Amino acid sequence: MAVDLEIVSPEKLLLSKPVDMVVLPAAEGEMGVMVNHAPMIVLLRGGVIRLYQGTAVTEQLYVSGGFAEVTGSRVTVLATEATPVAELKREDGQSRLTAAEAEYGAADKNDVTTLDAIQAKMQAARALIEAAAA
Amino acid sequence: MPSLKSLRIRINSVKSTQKITSAMKMVAASKLRRAQSQAEAARPYAERMERMLASLGASVVGSPTAPKMLVGTGSDKRNLLVVVTADRGLAGAFNTNVGRLARNVARRMEGEGKTVKILTVGRKGRDFLRREMADRLLADGISYAGRKSINFADAQAVADRVTAMLNAGEFDVATVIFNKFGSVISQIPTEMQIIPAPLPKETVALEVSPGTALPIYEYEPAEEELLASLLPQNLAIQIYRALLESAAGEHGARMTSMDNATRNAGDMIKRLSQTYNRARQANITRELIEIISGAEAL
Repeated sequence: MAVDLEIVSPEKLLLSKPVDMVVLPAAEGEMGVMVNHAPMIVLLRGGVIRLYQGTAVTEQLYVSGGFAEVTGSRVTVLATEATPVAELKREDGQSRLTAAEAEYGAADKNDVTTLDAIQAKMQAARALIEAAAA
Repeated sequence: MPSLKSLRIRINSVKSTQKITSAMKMVAASKLRRAQSQAEAARPYAERMERMLASLGASVVGSPTAPKMLVGTGSDKRNLLVVVTADRGLAGAFNTNVGRLARNVARRMEGEGKTVKILTVGRKGRDFLRREMADRLLADGISYAGRKSINFADAQAVADRVTAMLNAGEFDVATVIFNKFGSVISQIPTEMQIIPAPLPKETVALEVSPGTALPIYEYEPAEEELLASLLPQNLAIQIYRALLESAAGEHGARMTSMDNATRNAGDMIKRLSQTYNRARQANITRELIEIISGAEAL
């Protein structure tokens, strides 16, 4: 039995296919989902989604954050972008990191929500660099 | 009776106007198709977002620490209107309708003793409201003039702006006013409240066949933290939807109005050519009479 994976961006449906297992970069640690998983709503951090057929990784997609809805038979990922890892560019991550750092420097240090948001961006950029290097 | 030459000139000018309007109609039709498919493509994300929000929101409402974006600031005195119009005219009453609704809503709110601030998205709405509501307009509006199409990043930018204002405590309630795309010939000016976020009805939104139990979700991280990330994203999606609807409506409205203009130009050409032909015939008859009477006089 396979679980149906859907990756959706606000602009279009990015991917929809059955997989044996999918590993999501959840905010509180990576999470593998197989069929009949308990229903969950999960926050994602920037990182790599890995699709498994059997024990082999068939696809790796980088997301910069988002949400996932898990039901017994389906996983829906809401992401603003999903790029195959092979197409990632290190410089891209570097420039995002620099931009986020500049933003952090300019931000009001008492505004915790904004700081959190910027830190999430920095983390997503670092994950991109890491994924591109691997 | 205008001279033959001036009639000829007028006919030619109306003909070239007709060419332009019919070309504009064609362009609008193809843009409309694109805008519609863009709106179509945005639907899955919005639906799933709605479902998550429905199940999450229900579990948080009533909690004293629920985020401002969901439950509001506790007051409804200060209002923000986000008025979405097109950047270009020649689309019939499209921009005026939204402008008029915005004005009426603002008047109504002020009648109830509330204050109103207006953020315009699109140049035409700003131009319209500047006449009567200039003191309520925010210093800078957002405009996409010269752009081919809008994308999600644009909506995100508007949402960030609204969020920043909310966090700075500049308003209590935010409403988007835009043209809802009914059909090619009907655009409905609509007001839609975005902050506090209206919760979708859970029973409708959840994807379950009747008779089965509702799935009970686990949340990771906790509900409120999740909501804190989900709500801004939902805000962006709502704005994105309004922008797309407005874009589709704009092209629809332009198509209809340019179709009318083309038809009117056709009528006018017909009338003018009739006058022209009459005048020409009258001229010929007069000349003939002159020749004949001249010949008789000999």
